[in-house]
Amino acid sequence: MWKFLLPFTAFVGLVVLFAFGLNPSRDIHALPSPLIGKPAPAFTLTDVLDPTRSVSSGAYQGQVYVLNVWGTWCAACREEHEALLAIASQHVVPIVGLVWKDDRDRAVQWLRQLGNPYQAVALDGDGRTAIDWGVYGAPETYLVDGQGRVIYKFISPMTPEVWQREFLPRIAAARRSGA
Amino acid sequence: MNRPVRRQAAHIAALALLLAGAFGAFAGAGAAVEAAVDANGQLEDHALQARFERITLELRCLVCQNESIADSNADLAVDLRRQVREMLVAGNSDDAIFSFMTDRYGEFVRFRPPLEAKTLLIWGAPFFMLLLGGFIVFRVVRQRSRMPLDDGPAIGS
Repeated sequence: MWKFLLPFTAFVGLVVLFAFGLNPSRDIHALPSPLIGKPAPAFTLTDVLDPTRSVSSGAYQGQVYVLNVWGTWCAACREEHEALLAIASQHVVPIVGLVWKDDRDRAVQWLRQLGNPYQAVALDGDGRTAIDWGVYGAPETYLVDGQGRVIYKFISPMTPEVWQREFLPRIAAARRSGA
Repeated sequence: MNRPVRRQAAHIAALALLLAGAFGAFAGAGAAVEAAVDANGQLEDHALQARFERITLELRCLVCQNESIADSNADLAVDLRRQVREMLVAGNSDDAIFSFMTDRYGEFVRFRPPLEAKTLLIWGAPFFMLLLGGFIVFRVVRQRSRMPLDDGPAIGS
């Protein structure tokens, strides 16, 4: 009896495993961030657009904001730029840019050429702030709530669909609980 | 009269040797990889350098996933090596460095996650598989040892 049952159970087990493991809609390189629910790492960095000023995470205390990590060397960041511009034009939350491992001139040129969706752009030339945020690939987009906690991290180019599906409901929920 | 049984025993011994060899090869492969070149050169303190090498070998390079940050020349690996180095020079313990990394990148950043409830499966699975395999071999051998020995030449021989 179990000569039949055992291989059969093993087979069913494999099918279930593969159904989850080989699901093409699942991004196997996306790692869960241990930062979710924790205070967002603080930073004070040079403002890309005006190097005499600085961009500080403290300035966004008490409000929901988005941190978008990008670099001019990152092809997928160019891909998402249009979506970011469209999102910024809705004025739902401030989008803060974090320029990762790049230099100011290139970043400024990028923003002049493609448009600027960011309320402020911080320059993390040596990548230290990125390490604090657990950044391992660009683009990455973080959502921070009014209490200064990271509530969501999205790895991959931003799209209007992702914004609609993943970000807007979380922003609304964060505002409800924050008010 | 017990010739076939002995032959079986020889087969099992050969299989065990093969398995042992495969395990050995896997263990050796990890150590054979050469460390990536660091622009900063070696740390002056030999003890610190030894710890630096050991720690960076145990941290996963997240963009290249099957390499450690000691092996990789990816930008992120270079930055993380710099981080480890600075923390060592500043007098941090190994544990402090590992928890700095896992606080930011999660347990996945460690090649050898600590043994705890949620990592029990990855640590336990190999031993479970070994036991399962051993059990199956044991059953097959016992079953076959009960078969009659003098059933004439096998078909095809």
